[in-house]
Amino acid sequence: MNGGHDLGGMHGLGRVLVEENEPPFHSDWERRVFGLLWATFGTGKYNVDEFRHGIERMHPADYMTSRYYEHWLHTIERNLVAKGYITDEEVEAKTRYYLANPDAAVPRREDPQAAEAMAKLAGVGAPTRREVEVQPRFKVGDRVATRNMHPTGHTRLARYIRGKHGVVDRVYDAYVLPDTNAHGLSENPQYCYSVRFDARELWGDTAERNQAVYFDLWESYLQSA
Amino acid sequence: MSAQQAGSPPPITGMYPRSEAEVVARTKALESLLIEKGLTSSDLIDKMVSLYEKDIGPLLGAKVVARAWVDPAFKTRLLENATKACAEMGIGGVQGEDMVCVENTPTVHNVIVCTLCSCYPWPVLGLPPNWYKYPQYRSRMVIEPRQALQEDFGLALPESVEIHVWDTSAEIRYFVLPERPAGTEGMTEEELAKFVTRDALIGVAKTKAP
Repeated sequence: MNGGHDLGGMHGLGRVLVEENEPPFHSDWERRVFGLLWATFGTGKYNVDEFRHGIERMHPADYMTSRYYEHWLHTIERNLVAKGYITDEEVEAKTRYYLANPDAAVPRREDPQAAEAMAKLAGVGAPTRREVEVQPRFKVGDRVATRNMHPTGHTRLARYIRGKHGVVDRVYDAYVLPDTNAHGLSENPQYCYSVRFDARELWGDTAERNQAVYFDLWESYLQSA
Repeated sequence: MSAQQAGSPPPITGMYPRSEAEVVARTKALESLLIEKGLTSSDLIDKMVSLYEKDIGPLLGAKVVARAWVDPAFKTRLLENATKACAEMGIGGVQGEDMVCVENTPTVHNVIVCTLCSCYPWPVLGLPPNWYKYPQYRSRMVIEPRQALQEDFGLALPESVEIHVWDTSAEIRYFVLPERPAGTEGMTEEELAKFVTRDALIGVAKTKAP
């Protein structure tokens, strides 16, 4: 979707603000939200494409004015409600409770085996690579063009790269396609390619010189040029 | 007839920005609902936080780079298949199931970004800093990298150096193999790793000098 998350090439956002010796988490709620990702996505309640799409659907103004882990909080809540694990009413009521009782503790349940298993999973990973029967359509050196498509659902074809010409730099394996997987449709795995785009192709004659963007694309995002 | 004064239009949406108190309460609400419904456990959350807060970070990527600097065969394997090469060192996992390492040379400088969200090679770098995840970096780095590197990071690259910006749009996770600094001949892997910073692995800095 053409959401507020699709930021490549946007102007006017100001200077990058670097915090020296920044800690991974700035507050306890950020820690817990990070942990909730493992508790929910980690246990397969929704997939990574649904996670990302939940964030993309935030209103652009809200996306820009909220903090990073608030995006995670938003999408975790939205996905859990959509999948029927919790209801909006439950969340609102519980939130009101903790607002009224800030010192109330969150209940605890211990399961050391589950904790250990999740830590192991972190070291193994959850690849979205899939075996497919077909061969890649494109090879290194092929000239390709990205499609001019504007789906209302999830895609990883950023706006700044649509309808552009590039050259295939690398051919990767086939991966689950986010455009279908984010919407409860099939995994539909397709080959991915790293495609090189010269800066001038993307940004016109005033582009910085001697620069290229390498963008990873699923096969259905591409056509021959 | 009294003059009717038009009021200002309301803000676009009413949900954000949220107060700290609300965010804290909502986070507790979610966790407590999941616990009460038996859908998760508290120590799982504790453990995963601890893993990424303490154990997984850029020191791991620094080790990989240091080995590539001293061992040419490892370097070849790293550039060929970074996932397998890192696995030789027990490094790998979530958000690094498919890693690619791109090499800086005197004529090519690589820098990593995720314009669409915040994809980052967790197994070698840990969790990304805020500046990597926020709109300023994500918007700028693909359109004016040379200027952004100079202005925001103090890294001046002459125009003769070609800049490759890797937009992490799929599931491949990129990191940079920075150039080995001069004056480090004969050093051990452990000594060399100290010169490799997180920023050098992302590509917004060169390695530290001895």
